[in-house]
Amino acid sequence: MAAELRILRDRVRAVQSIKKITRAYELIATSRIGKARNRVAAALPYAEEMTKVLTALSTAATNLSHPLLTPRENAHRAGVLVVTSDKGMCGGYNSNVLRRAEELQALLREEGKQVALYVVGRKGIGYYRFRDRPIVQDWSGFSEQPTYADASEIGDILVDAFMSEAGQVGDERLDELHIVYTEFQSMLTQRPVAKRVAPLDVEYTEDAPEQLPDYEFEPEAEELLGSLLPKYVKTRLFAALLEAAVSESAYRQRAMKSATDNANELIRTYTRQMNSARQAQITQEISEIVGGADALAAAGSEE
Amino acid sequence: MAEMTVELVAVERRLWSGQATAVFTRTTEGDIGILPRHIPLLGELVPDCVVRIDQTDGERLMAAVQGGFLSVTGERVSILAETAQLADEIDVEQARTDAASDDEAVRNRGVSQLRATEQSV
Repeated sequence: MAAELRILRDRVRAVQSIKKITRAYELIATSRIGKARNRVAAALPYAEEMTKVLTALSTAATNLSHPLLTPRENAHRAGVLVVTSDKGMCGGYNSNVLRRAEELQALLREEGKQVALYVVGRKGIGYYRFRDRPIVQDWSGFSEQPTYADASEIGDILVDAFMSEAGQVGDERLDELHIVYTEFQSMLTQRPVAKRVAPLDVEYTEDAPEQLPDYEFEPEAEELLGSLLPKYVKTRLFAALLEAAVSESAYRQRAMKSATDNANELIRTYTRQMNSARQAQITQEISEIVGGADALAAAGSEE
Repeated sequence: MAEMTVELVAVERRLWSGQATAVFTRTTEGDIGILPRHIPLLGELVPDCVVRIDQTDGERLMAAVQGGFLSVTGERVSILAETAQLADEIDVEQARTDAASDDEAVRNRGVSQLRATEQSV
């Protein structure tokens, strides 16, 4: 009886300390969401200006051609960048994005393309390592707070792999580039999505202004495009990393919220059990005493 | 006096936007000054670039810009930068160390920051 009471008391104490942790994670995640959303908003003006510039460039010079814009015939190697988190405690965030990545890879293989994996985040790296799947390159340590420098580093490597010469030994050239990450739609909905980054579909602005024909370029349009497009790729990558960071925090906040709720529920259940165990113990002790006294009284009357 | 809208945006934030009477900077082809009603232009800025914006109130804004582009359309100038710093946010000591660095990107940043703060390089 006393042993049961002690076990229950220990359990309540254990759940209480778990609750402290989940509650702290929940609060951290909540504050991170706000910050991360601000960063998404702060990165918007650049992305918008970039799109405007590219729209202007493409309307001014109509016969633009650049490897990053032209789909390749018989593409046979596709790069897939999977964005996962560094830490766990975020519910289905990683498994959802990894499942989406598996779907994309299956599709690419069906089309007869080899898949080259690039992974961001420790969880994704662990997932593919455990399954002995080769990763071409991985990055980790910034999933919650990505900087442009991170996006830039990834972009450089991917664009280089995309632009490299074909026909080399062990042909490492990528013919396509996809990114799988979690899109942040609202606080309640985050959806894993797969998007093609290269060849690029530039998202031109809808309201293309009536173009002024005499656009001047410094340097020449072709050369300008050559340096502008890789930057555009990086902008897209950066935007994806930022959105993934917001989604990660949103997932974590939700997961930790329900963990805290569950902990509260458990504490309540265990406390009830503990109380009734204590009551039972007291009742038993009383009945033992009463029984003992009765027995003594009965023994006395017989003498 | 004629004026134009100038936007200075870096990837991670918008640094400045407002009305100006002139913008001076350097593209890969050479120095360039932009006054209102400049013809439409798209240019790539040099890696260790400084942008000078003469605001309508006579103030002169200097910024160090790395990996930037310049886009001029009608009455609007946008400067897109991978990274950029306004002159008053620059740590001159740090910039001087950077300017002597072996890493090209760091050196470019240092040099442009020194120029933006009007120190000798």
